[in-house]
Amino acid sequence: MTARYPMGLIETRDAIACGDRRARDVCDEALRAIETRDVELGAFLHVDAEGAGRDAERIDAVLARGERPGDLAGVPIAVKDVIVTRGLPTTCGSRILDGFIPPYDATVIARLRAAGAVLIGKTNCDEFAMGSSNENSAYRVARNPWDTTRVPGGSSGGSAVAVAANMCAASLGSDTGGSIRQPASLAGVVGLKPTYGRVSRYGLVAFASSLDQVGPFARAVRDVAELLTVIAGHDPLDSTSVDAPVPHYSHNLRTTLKGVRVGVPREYFVEGIDAEVERAVRGALGRLKDLGATIHDVSLPHTPYALGCYYLIATAEASSNLARYDGIRFGFRAARADGGALALREQYTATRERGFGDEVKRRIMLGTFALSSGYYDAYYLKAQKVRALIQRDFDAAFREVDVIATPTSPTAAWKLGAKVADPLQMYLADIYTVSCNLAGNCGVSVPCGFTSENLPIGLQILGPAFAEERILSVAHAYEQSEAWRTRVPPHPETA
Amino acid sequence: MTRADFEAVIGLEVHAQLLTASKLFCGCSTTFGAPPNHHTCPVCLGLPGALPVLSRRAVEFAIRLGLAVGCTIRKKNRFARKNYFYPDLPKGYQISQYEEPICEGGRLDVAGKVVRLRRIHMEEDAGKCVHDAAGSSVDLNRAGVPLLEIVSEPDLSTPEEAGVYLRALRDIVVYLGVCDGNMEEGSFRCDANVSVRRAGARELGTRAEIKNVNSFRFVEKAIAYEIARQVDVVLSGGSVVQETRLFDSDRGITQSMRGKEEAHDYRYFPDPDLLPLDIADASIDDVRRTLPELPAARRSRFLVEYGISEADAVVLTADRVVAEFFDVVMRAYAGDGRRAAGFLRTDWLRVANDRGAADVVARVPAAKIAQLLQMVDAGTISIAARREVFALLVDAGEGDPEAIVRERGLAQTSDAGAIEAAVDAVLSANPNEVAAYRAGKEKLLSFFVGQVMKATRGKANPAIVNDLVLKRLRS
Repeated sequence: MTARYPMGLIETRDAIACGDRRARDVCDEALRAIETRDVELGAFLHVDAEGAGRDAERIDAVLARGERPGDLAGVPIAVKDVIVTRGLPTTCGSRILDGFIPPYDATVIARLRAAGAVLIGKTNCDEFAMGSSNENSAYRVARNPWDTTRVPGGSSGGSAVAVAANMCAASLGSDTGGSIRQPASLAGVVGLKPTYGRVSRYGLVAFASSLDQVGPFARAVRDVAELLTVIAGHDPLDSTSVDAPVPHYSHNLRTTLKGVRVGVPREYFVEGIDAEVERAVRGALGRLKDLGATIHDVSLPHTPYALGCYYLIATAEASSNLARYDGIRFGFRAARADGGALALREQYTATRERGFGDEVKRRIMLGTFALSSGYYDAYYLKAQKVRALIQRDFDAAFREVDVIATPTSPTAAWKLGAKVADPLQMYLADIYTVSCNLAGNCGVSVPCGFTSENLPIGLQILGPAFAEERILSVAHAYEQSEAWRTRVPPHPETA
Repeated sequence: MTRADFEAVIGLEVHAQLLTASKLFCGCSTTFGAPPNHHTCPVCLGLPGALPVLSRRAVEFAIRLGLAVGCTIRKKNRFARKNYFYPDLPKGYQISQYEEPICEGGRLDVAGKVVRLRRIHMEEDAGKCVHDAAGSSVDLNRAGVPLLEIVSEPDLSTPEEAGVYLRALRDIVVYLGVCDGNMEEGSFRCDANVSVRRAGARELGTRAEIKNVNSFRFVEKAIAYEIARQVDVVLSGGSVVQETRLFDSDRGITQSMRGKEEAHDYRYFPDPDLLPLDIADASIDDVRRTLPELPAARRSRFLVEYGISEADAVVLTADRVVAEFFDVVMRAYAGDGRRAAGFLRTDWLRVANDRGAADVVARVPAAKIAQLLQMVDAGTISIAARREVFALLVDAGEGDPEAIVRERGLAQTSDAGAIEAAVDAVLSANPNEVAAYRAGKEKLLSFFVGQVMKATRGKANPAIVNDLVLKRLRS
């Protein structure tokens, strides 16, 4: 038996709520899909079959008593392994957190549980969310379901794959410089990075605290909107979360775009962009026009500095955030070859030497340098000034247009291993996504076509802070006007 | 050049642990003495994903101290991360304030000298490492406990001045209720920056920072040692190196801990987990309204308002509970302030030091103290009897002074006839002493008075006894 394809979030929730399906059956289908497909795809680092089954049965029991289930009752959801889950391993894709079982739930997890979601497992990712291909995972290779010789994007590669390959209804990822939108684009699903402060970061293991946000993946914009409604909102445990009302995002989606002004930044269609990607994105812009939107040329003049600015600020914060992995209180601790204890300094060194992967070490060193005495002004402080200029660019642009449309990624999914030896090439994959994080704005990636090799291409819709409703509406109107969502990755069972 | 050609330049950095119920960035208790790692949570353990949330109370305490010592309160201030590795520092960084501290400027008047303050900032404490035969362990109960770091300008020039400054600062934080001021338990800690230079020189010498000084006495000893050491270095043709030194209280010396080249690069940067703190004028005013009168101001007022001596005023204002009680007693008593002060600083304080001032205040309220004072003024009881009645009131925690005097027969006799009879009896029983007195041995007066008091079992009014004895001897 195969999973009912595709497994939508709202559709599944409603089917369970009205008694058409049992949460336990939905859960079993998801578990079976994982069992069948994940050996190859590598989307999961930990599957909680037992816990998920128990949660699903509890939902069925609640429904049987005629009680009102939550907004996600019975919906199988996967969570990126950088989000802490009480009693479930949380590794961040790193050896250094091997064996770490958090004693507490992240706020987003608590909200999922309260809404009745069934946590199916923890998804693969680049170590500490540092990467754009998922190849920096210390545990396993994640593959793109559209072509398993290719990367799924990153760092939330596993969360994108889990949704793309129908192993769950929706998932959570984290986005520091594009880590939700880019894999969504490469894996052909919808992924949203909320405004900084929209979703609590409490329990999201920090990579770069001033840039990180948790956000949803699903196959449809409406499902992304529904999941966002559950996880968004003020959290007293996160001082940077904002106390602003949370609309019911999935209720206010539009299908026409009359009067919507769409900006296209001229700096984004320059060298490095793949011709097929450009063609698909230009086609999508035409479609937006057909739907009633007006297209405007806008300028984000500081775009050329965004990547450098991002890699200074993100690495500086990371160098401090990752200092706590010292092998003393949790996770991996290096020991002598004979199993004996090491002297303190040796233990720190050996633990971090063996526990962290190359990319993480590279970023810790970059960030440490940027904050060092004598270099702080030239690097960290200057990057902060550039960040303010980039924010100003967006503020100015959003005075003229309602949303900004760009490619999500300059290319479709590349071959596994193609960029591993060249970190700079890898960093360039984030060129269209990092500015949104630096500005603290929101952005969503929605499928907008395929390459000649049947690889998905994503359209990025950016909005100002707290304009999630607006960008979701544009993405939804576009999605409904096209048939891309009916295309599914090649499936071994249906092939 | 000799030692006398040098002067020392001293600045102190004091860490005062705040008396808040919870830690600076989480809800864990700050109570001392719990089993190791008992008062911990994901935040103060530095678990992955946990985030700090600032305690409003700690901010209020910082403002309270800032206002009391004349600082400017920075309306926009910020927390920064101070990065370094140590097992007792769970996050690998300490959340502190760097470029934008909550308080700037300010001053303390220390024995007629103004000591300027540079800044006061908030920060979290680290945990504690415990080393024993079984190995080393870490206790994180203290990790995240709120501290204020109070940094003086290098305006002090002797160890004694440093001691006076430190005590004055301690009195203030205790008075304000922001810190218990306990140096031995580590809730009030001091690092000293010391340098020496030719007397009158403008340039500052190279300084050493002395750490691990945990009593007022040790601060003075450590600084005195360090000044002598640095002067010796210079006199012998060497130069002082910039370093951090530890005070060894057993040997009374300071020893190098780490030099300048081993100094940490703390890589301070604004903590992205905490928003810049925006303090409204209104909340500063709220704190200002609740500030108690500080010891120095209260002392001056006591001199003027109650006419008491400087020495009494110093004693009575040292403790806030005592000082406030004295005010209440004076309102109820309305008599001579010097007499009230005399009783409070002797008999009353003796008991209060024993049982705690707050307890004594609760057991014997000001109205009863006023009654006791008035009874002595009226000659109804002797000072000795007052002491006795007061002791009874404290022990019982209740009771009416007049009733006690009555029941115990403690009222003193002012009846001249009865006293006269006793005086006559004493004089006729001691003819030799009377003769000696009259021959010029006037010291014997107190002997006769004592005998009369003994004969009347202490109830005679001593002033009247004195008068009568003199009268009889001279007749």
